[in-house]
Amino acid sequence: MDKTFNIVICGVGGQGLVTLLNVLARAAFIEGYDVKTSELHGLSQRGGSVEAYVRFGRRVWSPIISKGTADLVIALEEQEALNGARFAGKKSVILINRFQTPTLSGDASFEQIRQELTKVSEKVFFVGASEICQKELGVEVVSGIYLLGYALHNNYLPLKKENVIEAIKKTMPEKFWELNIKALELAKQSTK
Amino acid sequence: MNDSQKTILMGNEAIVKGAMAAGVQFVACYPGTPSSEIGILFSQIATNNDRLYFEFSTNEKLAMEAVVGASFSGLRCLAAMKSFGVNVALDSLLPFVYTGSKGPAVIVVADDPSCHSSAQSEENSRGFGQLAHIPILEPSNAQECFDFTCLAFEISEKFNIPVMVRITTRVAHQRGIVEFKVQSSKYKVSEGEFVKDKNRFVTMPPRVLEMHQELLDKIGKIREFATQSEINKIYREDPSVNSNAGIITSGVSFLHTMEALEMAGLDIPVLKLGFFYPLPEQKIRDFIRPLEKVLIVEELDPYLEKEVAAIAKDENCRLKIFGKNILPEVGELNPALIAKAAAELAGVSGYEAPEPPELSSVKHVARFCTVPACPYWRVFAAVKKAIPENKAVFGGDIGCYMLGAGPPHNLYDFLFSMGSGIGIAHGISKAAGGRQKPVAFIGDGTFFHAGLPALLNAVYNKSNILLVILDNRITAMTGHQPNPGMGKTGEGESSPEVKIENIVLALGVKPENMKVVDPVDDFEGTVKALQEFYQKNEVSVIVARRICALLEKRAKR
Repeated sequence: MDKTFNIVICGVGGQGLVTLLNVLARAAFIEGYDVKTSELHGLSQRGGSVEAYVRFGRRVWSPIISKGTADLVIALEEQEALNGARFAGKKSVILINRFQTPTLSGDASFEQIRQELTKVSEKVFFVGASEICQKELGVEVVSGIYLLGYALHNNYLPLKKENVIEAIKKTMPEKFWELNIKALELAKQSTK
Repeated sequence: MNDSQKTILMGNEAIVKGAMAAGVQFVACYPGTPSSEIGILFSQIATNNDRLYFEFSTNEKLAMEAVVGASFSGLRCLAAMKSFGVNVALDSLLPFVYTGSKGPAVIVVADDPSCHSSAQSEENSRGFGQLAHIPILEPSNAQECFDFTCLAFEISEKFNIPVMVRITTRVAHQRGIVEFKVQSSKYKVSEGEFVKDKNRFVTMPPRVLEMHQELLDKIGKIREFATQSEINKIYREDPSVNSNAGIITSGVSFLHTMEALEMAGLDIPVLKLGFFYPLPEQKIRDFIRPLEKVLIVEELDPYLEKEVAAIAKDENCRLKIFGKNILPEVGELNPALIAKAAAELAGVSGYEAPEPPELSSVKHVARFCTVPACPYWRVFAAVKKAIPENKAVFGGDIGCYMLGAGPPHNLYDFLFSMGSGIGIAHGISKAAGGRQKPVAFIGDGTFFHAGLPALLNAVYNKSNILLVILDNRITAMTGHQPNPGMGKTGEGESSPEVKIENIVLALGVKPENMKVVDPVDDFEGTVKALQEFYQKNEVSVIVARRICALLEKRAKR
């Protein structure tokens, strides 16, 4: 891989963005890539809009991703996809969790989001990650890992699955391994 | 044990590892994003460990002073805080640079350009270099966070001066690969001993003027050291290309610059400065001598740009200096902005940064926790019910309850710095001659930090403010650090719980003007107390006590 691979994760504070970021960064590290990430903490993130960046490749300089250069956008909340898509271009893959939480400052409808995103990229996928995880695993908090699995199984993410599993084990307490690996595998069933 | 390891670390984690590798024995912090993880990690390491003392001090000035005392007693010390914390600590930092350190002392300061997690100002702590004459190192990535922290201890030990490691949000909360050595400390905390040396530690005049001169002499020597140091380094230097342009930068701006030059396909040499104060002047002279133009890439104020302009005056007076004329002075920088500026510097046309698509903007507004429900929802609901919003003046302060400024509450009429809500409310009360009723809000941690002298002043000067102390039994916003109200130290030991109501009474608030309520279990009582106290013409205090819902949930687990 010559070019740096750029992942933007967006969602709402408390949705487990940093957990997802940690797994992705660790998996890329295990695979032998240089890695840089950036995340935000603190009050403005409490239930507020958040975005985090993961970049890996031969040599990564900046921890932040420039607009229009994301290879993969993972939106853990539907409306936040509109923020994440600012980093996308025609070839970017945009994965969106079909889950909404009110903004308190004017909400966007699913139809509006879908229409706007189709103008950005041809590879926009709405995935019912929260609903499937809740139904199959009893918890929706692993929906980020489910989306990661979706990206892996569809070859939208140039990392090996065994390294992602290894990364889950390296970054999470043992009691959460099984649940997260299940979420990762569960996504295989919804592969097109 | 002396093992080399390679892993992914956050900038703040790498600073902690660096300090441990440098044998730190004494650490004092006050939490503040983006520096908060530093204290949390040290707190974990210091628990049941006789080789490291750690405390969450009540405020940054006290953290600084604890470090001064420990350094005077010969220990290897570190204090960490966010940008505004240095303002609080400054009164004791300035004399500390004069006396110098005995045991090495490192001050880690985290700035927050773009105010991702800050109110009050977009402070640039680099200014303290000129003001305090404290040496400042600026790491750009996690590896440098480790390396520069080790180096800061080395410089402090060599020159007997406290050294600042200045980071920004994008360094503190950046993760990257770090190679580091794990070392178990050779030292014990109990090694410290204060050996009398009045000439060294007492800053009374006329001795203080001699100290000032000694400090300037020291800085001269450190400047030579900086010039020799390899942390000031030229990148993308190609002797076969005779470049007439160059870039000087430091910190995270360096990483964005390297990214930008790759994006724009430009070959321009970059001088990266690890030292911000004192600047390695000779290195800058050598770098700018053959150039026709130079771009200074730095976030916020043009401190470096002015220094380079001064050096260029006698070194290369025809040098064209680019900086804040083509880069913003407000907010953080990013590779796209720098790529555009670098293209302008190189006189290359045709570089276009990718244009983001036009999309509706959505913004999830930060809010009090909903699952589990934060008790502040109830406090603010009670306030809305009890107090006429158009008449009262509402003062905010720094903590989770800052969110009362946003929807759906939109309550505060002013919001400033730690503890300032009480002081400003008092000023309004006096200015209006008692015709207006200011209502100030403050959390338990912030009350301990800076609220006590403010409340004392309001009582003593006969104010009429109503103060609501939101006691959720912890410093919550920055990640649940203990404070004097909860009976636990930073090392996890139990300590006597300080009762806020006792302090309030001791500061002179009359017993009939003080009430403790539970806003969740007794919502109606809270409303009633607010209604009643709002009518009072003297300083009155309501302590709304209810444990942080997250903390309660965790305790039950």
